[in-house]
Amino acid sequence: MPDNSPLSVTAVTVRVVYLARLREAFGRSGESLAIAADAPDVAAVLATLRARDGVWARELAAGRAVRIAVNHQLVAADSPVREGDEVALLPPVTGG
Amino acid sequence: MTVRVQTADFDAGREIAELRGSDPRVGAVASFIGTVRDVNDAATVATMTLEHYPGMTEKALTGIIADARARFDILDALVVHRVGELRPADQIVLVVVTSAHRGDAFDACRFIMDYLKTRAPFWKKEVTSEGARWVDARVSDDDAAARWQTQTGNET
Repeated sequence: MPDNSPLSVTAVTVRVVYLARLREAFGRSGESLAIAADAPDVAAVLATLRARDGVWARELAAGRAVRIAVNHQLVAADSPVREGDEVALLPPVTGG
Repeated sequence: MTVRVQTADFDAGREIAELRGSDPRVGAVASFIGTVRDVNDAATVATMTLEHYPGMTEKALTGIIADARARFDILDALVVHRVGELRPADQIVLVVVTSAHRGDAFDACRFIMDYLKTRAPFWKKEVTSEGARWVDARVSDDDAAARWQTQTGNET
């Protein structure tokens, strides 16, 4: 079991944005969220939200089709997040 | 290149004329208009509300057109997408592409629509006889976009 000293953990605060169905499910359009992780990334943001249980865990369960955009660019789960980033959770898009 | 997100309706004839301008290199103009159907998944649609992600939408559409320009020999392209409340038969989206020859115009127009359906942050919510519901994404839309990826396999 590695000893994670507090110095090795980076805490960043990001702006999370919920869109369309997710905004309605969560009852809010966004929030400021602190992420504590060795290497803060998109997966850590999702894990932080899933830990709230209830609708958060259901909507963000593995296998649910939620795509992530960081600063308006679609990214993969292992993409890093930095202080002040805008992290948007997008249900499957249905335009056109 | 022109990208617009707006609540107002559009006039395809005017948009096409503006995109063509008087460019004598243009030998082909392809366009696509998407409209609201009155029946979706066996329910009657009364109204449809389209929302988007301001800030990202324009970037996503601009990126899709840039991809089209890299893949096809086109001269210019335009995307106009409406948001807000729409009704059956209303126009939703307009794509116009100009090129020297029809092949690239047709292909680029279809490519832009296929990528828009899967990459651009728009969402439809319908009010139907069954109540209000968010429209589900279709697997066939992913397949349509993926088709272009397999076709790039022998490029580079």
